[in-house]
Amino acid sequence: MPSLEFLLALVMLAALTFYVLLGGADYGGGVWDLLARGPRAAEQRGVIAKALAPIWEANHVWLILVVVVLFTAFPPAFALIFTALHVPLLLILLGIILRGSAFIFRDHDRTHRSDSEHTSGTYHPAAQSRWGRIFATASLLTPVLLGVVVGAVSSTNIQPPSERTTIAYFFTWFAPFPFAVGLFAVVLFAFLAAVYLTLETTDTALQDDFRKRAITSEIVAGVLALTVFLLAGPAAPGIRERLANSWWTLPLQLTTALFALATLATLWTRRFHWARVCAAAQVALILWGWVLAQYPYLVRPELTLHSSAAPHATLRALLWALAGGGVLLFPSYFYLFKIFKVGNASPPGREAAG
Amino acid sequence: MSDLLAARSQMAFSLAFHIIFAVVGMGMPLLMVLSEWRWLRGGRSVDLQLAKRWAKGTAVLFAVGAVSGTVLSFELGLLWPKFMAWAGAIIGMPFSLEGFAFFAEGIFLGVYLYGWDRVPPRAHLAAGIVVAVSGAASGMFVVFANAWMNTPAGFRLLNGQPIDIDPLAAMFNPSSWPQSIHMILAAYTAVGFSVAGIHAYALLRDDTHLFHRRALELALLVGGIGAVLQPISGDSLAKSVARTQPVKLASMEGQFPTQRAAPLRIGGWPDVARRQTPFAIEIPAMFSFLAYRDVNAEVRGLNDFHQDIWPPVLPVHLSFQIMVGLGFAMMAIALWAAWRQWRSPSLIASRLFLWTLVIAAPFGFIAVETGWMVTELGRQPWIVQGIMRTADAVTPMPALVIPFLGMTIVYLVLSIVVGKVLVQEVRET
Repeated sequence: MPSLEFLLALVMLAALTFYVLLGGADYGGGVWDLLARGPRAAEQRGVIAKALAPIWEANHVWLILVVVVLFTAFPPAFALIFTALHVPLLLILLGIILRGSAFIFRDHDRTHRSDSEHTSGTYHPAAQSRWGRIFATASLLTPVLLGVVVGAVSSTNIQPPSERTTIAYFFTWFAPFPFAVGLFAVVLFAFLAAVYLTLETTDTALQDDFRKRAITSEIVAGVLALTVFLLAGPAAPGIRERLANSWWTLPLQLTTALFALATLATLWTRRFHWARVCAAAQVALILWGWVLAQYPYLVRPELTLHSSAAPHATLRALLWALAGGGVLLFPSYFYLFKIFKVGNASPPGREAAG
Repeated sequence: MSDLLAARSQMAFSLAFHIIFAVVGMGMPLLMVLSEWRWLRGGRSVDLQLAKRWAKGTAVLFAVGAVSGTVLSFELGLLWPKFMAWAGAIIGMPFSLEGFAFFAEGIFLGVYLYGWDRVPPRAHLAAGIVVAVSGAASGMFVVFANAWMNTPAGFRLLNGQPIDIDPLAAMFNPSSWPQSIHMILAAYTAVGFSVAGIHAYALLRDDTHLFHRRALELALLVGGIGAVLQPISGDSLAKSVARTQPVKLASMEGQFPTQRAAPLRIGGWPDVARRQTPFAIEIPAMFSFLAYRDVNAEVRGLNDFHQDIWPPVLPVHLSFQIMVGLGFAMMAIALWAAWRQWRSPSLIASRLFLWTLVIAAPFGFIAVETGWMVTELGRQPWIVQGIMRTADAVTPMPALVIPFLGMTIVYLVLSIVVGKVLVQEVRET
């Protein structure tokens, strides 16, 4: 029987995985809104808005769940991370506020509009401009900062600064390695979004737009993965060492690479349903690789799962609560995605009915 | 501005902002669901139109509420890491349950707002019911956590550290039910009266408008029931405060001396230097009676406690007076509405009544804000009553005034935009 703290760490990992695969793609959608180009730019934005509208609020809750489990089950780690990384976490918060509210304002601020359509998530080009730009920019920057936090947590020696100077609170994260992780994160999110978006429209020209974006971002992600690994040498030796020398690393890297190639192949041959599965698997494996390299540390060098775990009574009660919540959550989530996502835009012709 | 004051101000602004959206998230789904249910029962298209219109206005508030709620969960760690390191294991339980309530809200709100044409009518109504129930549940769980800060339970202290943690006893601490019931009723009252005020304003221009008449009926029903029940809940909460937080209660009432047959003060202006509360209307022995159901009961005044652990008495007292005053005003309006409904066929024939509703539109929200000031300011200087001081919980990060100003500016801009969007949407009806 694995220890309670191990089980809770697994729950946290599961929540983080869902956040990356679902919430991450929502950020990625915003990135493609920002980068919408060409004759179909407005239509691209329309597809993105329609895809995000019914689900982004639910997807966002995974992040809250990660934070809540962290502070309930591993309070010292939570306190340390939220003290030492105050600045980037505050900026993430700002990004979350701006992204969410600008997205909904874009749809509801009628200064430029006169239609009387109810909230259908349809996108109106006239209302782009201010809110659209804020939504898209925040969608680009927030994942970079999320990656910065992950990168900083992976680095050696994150401690609350010993001196109470403002600048000391920048040294904890303002370095090349965390930003490389940040870039890697945002490119992966954009990649996921582009792959998912191929299934959100039946228009083959639009599908092709997203297909090209997916392939390009997959290649960029490959380059960034290598950059992150190289920078980890000096910045995060603990992780680098585990990634380079553990028994699991070769099979894991090979499987990840296989899924990456499979994503490219299925995109190339327009098997978009398969591409979606392969892309999600690839990104999940990257995340799990990082977690394996970090295990059993939450924050190096002192806070491990075991040393920072809350008392058993708390862990046991929390596991029951999470199990009970999960029983309600998963069918509901499945229902939401069945209504809005599964085969949403294909086979052709269903769109008109919806 | 000291770092502690900056941190407290940032938390206060974030709470004051979020509570509005949280209250809307509890109250509006109930109104939407009631109107939709009326439509399914009676088949009048005006009821469906109303449910959709309310849903549309609410969508914006929900989205802003989702992000401003996230702000609070982050700020627990950003501003009060020492509190969270100490208490996270004790109060994490209600927060994690709240996480699932928030999930249910987010998921079924998506179904409700965007699924009008995608799911059958009954499933759509059911989705709305889930949103309403999980909205109330999520408010309840968060208030459970706050209640623990007022009446900490579910652990023992050993050298200043908590041991023998019992998460369920912590979650169901003595203040949990009185506080959360008070909050949920407040949410229904605030939303009901605000919505009633908006539709009353429309009816003042055109009192034949069926849409606004149907809306006014439902809003007054929800807000009115809340307003009538609220004094009962407030009384039981006050009795619980009398037992567990005598300093808070004495500040609320502006009670300096410890005395038997203490009077209830209406209004008044506590003078901390002179230790008395002049300019109040005093009802003899009423305070003793309300707190202990005994006109001769002894009430402990602030003088019994070291001034070091007094909260800011003046703002606590004034906030409490405002909250209670507005609460009774809304109860009176609710009874007036019931009487009108009973005596005459139409609620809306009286322009005076409609104008009263327009004026009362913000009452519930002001009462919610002042009520939270009573609860939070009244607990100072403690973050965990009697155990941990707020000053000992704050993050060591310097220059906290910068995040405070930044968040304040963002929230001001958001408030302006939300206000503008709502005015646009109300005008379109």
